[in-house]
Amino acid sequence: MAERKCTLSVLVENTPGALARIAGLFSGRGFNIDSLCVAETLDPTLSHLTLVTRGDEQIIEQIIKQLRRLIDVYKVVDVTEEGDFVEREMALIKVRAEKENREEIYRICEIFRLKIVDVSPRTYIIEVTGDKDKLDAVIELLRPMGIKEIVRTGLIAMKREKKNP
Amino acid sequence: MGEIMTGARMVVEALKREGVEIVFGYPGGAIIDVYDELYKTPEIHHVLVRHEQGAAHAADGYARSTGKVGVAIATSGPGATNTVTGIATAYMDSIPIVVITGQVPTKLIGNDAFQEVDITGITRPITKHNFLVKRIEDLPRILKAAFYIARTGRPGPVLIDLPKDVQQAKGEFNYPEEIHLRSYNPTYEPHIKQIEKAYLLLEKAERPVFLVGGGVISSGAASEVRELAERLNLPVTMTLMGLGGFPGDHDQSLGMLGMHGTYYANMAVANCDVLLAVGARFDDRVTGKVDAFAPHAKIIHIDIDPSSIQKNVKVDVPIVADCKRALTRLLEVIKEVGKPKKYWKERFKDWWEQIEIWRRRYPLTYKEDPNYIKPQFVIEKLYELTKGEAIICTEVGQNQMWTAQYYKFKYPRTLISSGGLGTMGFGFPASIGAQMGNPGKLVIDIAGDGSIQMNIQELATAMDQKLPIKIIILNNGYLGMVRQWQELFYGKRYSAVKFATIPDFVKIAEAYGAVGMRITKPQEVEPTLKKILSMDKLVILDVIIAPEEGVFPMVPAGKATTEMILV
Repeated sequence: MAERKCTLSVLVENTPGALARIAGLFSGRGFNIDSLCVAETLDPTLSHLTLVTRGDEQIIEQIIKQLRRLIDVYKVVDVTEEGDFVEREMALIKVRAEKENREEIYRICEIFRLKIVDVSPRTYIIEVTGDKDKLDAVIELLRPMGIKEIVRTGLIAMKREKKNP
Repeated sequence: MGEIMTGARMVVEALKREGVEIVFGYPGGAIIDVYDELYKTPEIHHVLVRHEQGAAHAADGYARSTGKVGVAIATSGPGATNTVTGIATAYMDSIPIVVITGQVPTKLIGNDAFQEVDITGITRPITKHNFLVKRIEDLPRILKAAFYIARTGRPGPVLIDLPKDVQQAKGEFNYPEEIHLRSYNPTYEPHIKQIEKAYLLLEKAERPVFLVGGGVISSGAASEVRELAERLNLPVTMTLMGLGGFPGDHDQSLGMLGMHGTYYANMAVANCDVLLAVGARFDDRVTGKVDAFAPHAKIIHIDIDPSSIQKNVKVDVPIVADCKRALTRLLEVIKEVGKPKKYWKERFKDWWEQIEIWRRRYPLTYKEDPNYIKPQFVIEKLYELTKGEAIICTEVGQNQMWTAQYYKFKYPRTLISSGGLGTMGFGFPASIGAQMGNPGKLVIDIAGDGSIQMNIQELATAMDQKLPIKIIILNNGYLGMVRQWQELFYGKRYSAVKFATIPDFVKIAEAYGAVGMRITKPQEVEPTLKKILSMDKLVILDVIIAPEEGVFPMVPAGKATTEMILV
């Protein structure tokens, strides 16, 4: 069976140990986690978790069922399967910005509408938000300039509302 | 307003509200406050074990044999870690137990304090759920939730870790009558469309098999299983956990399937066209090589745990539901629109003829030997003498498989055995729980000379409680199941399976004040069994059996279930 990438949107009780339970489930059962993003929701008793994993259909079905089986898990939605959704990731990139390339980096930022959030005599910190392809493209363009450090948030995702209800 | 009381008192009050009459445990510094309250609560009988693993297994055996939630109590640190094997055993077999452990005071947690261990971290993958109680306000609700979670849905062990300062803190005891957990809603009622689909598959079947698993026992569906099997004239096979879910002495029973299942059960499954599996999870010991398991069959799978469905085998009609309710609905459909009894009798006639051919070709059998006691003979005799009315606990290995093959379990909750985890040392402490929960019933532990030594310290516990358990050691001087694998698959290189020292079990029994006996000849089996069964005392019967007897049939691990070694 073919492997696919799968983005899961998971609501869990905001209790100590809930995240450990989920992480433990993945390691204990040999599932993959590509990225994981956790934060509170509007309801402070629930946390929202976006989890990117991959596997064939049977594995993904098991991952979802095993997640639902956890007492603390309130809801699991396979965003990728539901079709229309928005995905975003943010990265902070610290890039060498010497005299000879400061201008070019600035131009790249203009084109991609990136924000320079910190300036030092020899570096910029650039904030980039977008889907995975955009982040990868920006990183590839900046790489020749000399990337000193990258921090990525991991994906978050949200289903779109139907356009014609 | 609830009454103000300490956390320790709340524990005891909650136990009373949950109808707990017996708890198994071992005290220690971090749980001493709970023990102080138990001291003042004579209506809860505390069984002092000799090792916390024994407490967890005893609570498990109590739960398996009575259907009630078993309770074990231990202190922090080593007390808690000693329960781990017991918790994992209960988890693998979906047994409802609540384990309460003491913990160091909250301000010391994470400090590597004396007897501190992160037991909720350790037991996270082997509990259905666990709790570390940090605030006294949360305790009543957590106690309620623990019992509720343990017993509902697919049952399982729940651990509550209770820091010493929370035991001592005072709070209001508002014990909820009922509890609702928004993130935990097991599905009990089946989807009726799926039930109808299942019926239509059965109606068109030519070679059906009914596979009964442990879920039938935990949901109390044995009578529905029997009604359905008899009405539709279905051959029935059982997993180890399902034994007793359908009477083993019934004409339609094919006995156990899988690695040490009967030839005819495995052949029937391999050739069936519809497999109705209820409360079974298609463990590798049942399926053998998955691709070759029931290759021609459409599979109907009823289970309360959605994650058990489509996990190991592809299922055609998945039904997520409580086994009892699903079977009840199925029977209703059959009564309303189903074919009459005659139809099924006629329809599966050829199929039954084929099964009878298999049955006659390779019945369960062994060779008698005038010089040695055969273990199968011991179990057969035990079955005859007890008429299948005893509660039989087993250890793990050959003793367990011979018991599963030759004792025809007639009722649910009469075989107490560690199926999923395969825990040696389980049977005897479990038999303590079973006997405590079933006073007046005959409780027997079938052991090996290896397994019995793993929790032999509990003899003292059984003597304390004056339990007339009968321990029958099938003593071959080997770790027999491993030896059997080495004989068959490892060129007879018998690595580490023979104990140089085997204790004198008769003397051990006597040292504890129990009765010890030993037999070595086949003709001694029946009279000795008769004798011990009539004694109202704890007895260890050391049965010296043929040292190299194997368990057959056997499907080598990873092979198709039709590739049986029959011998």
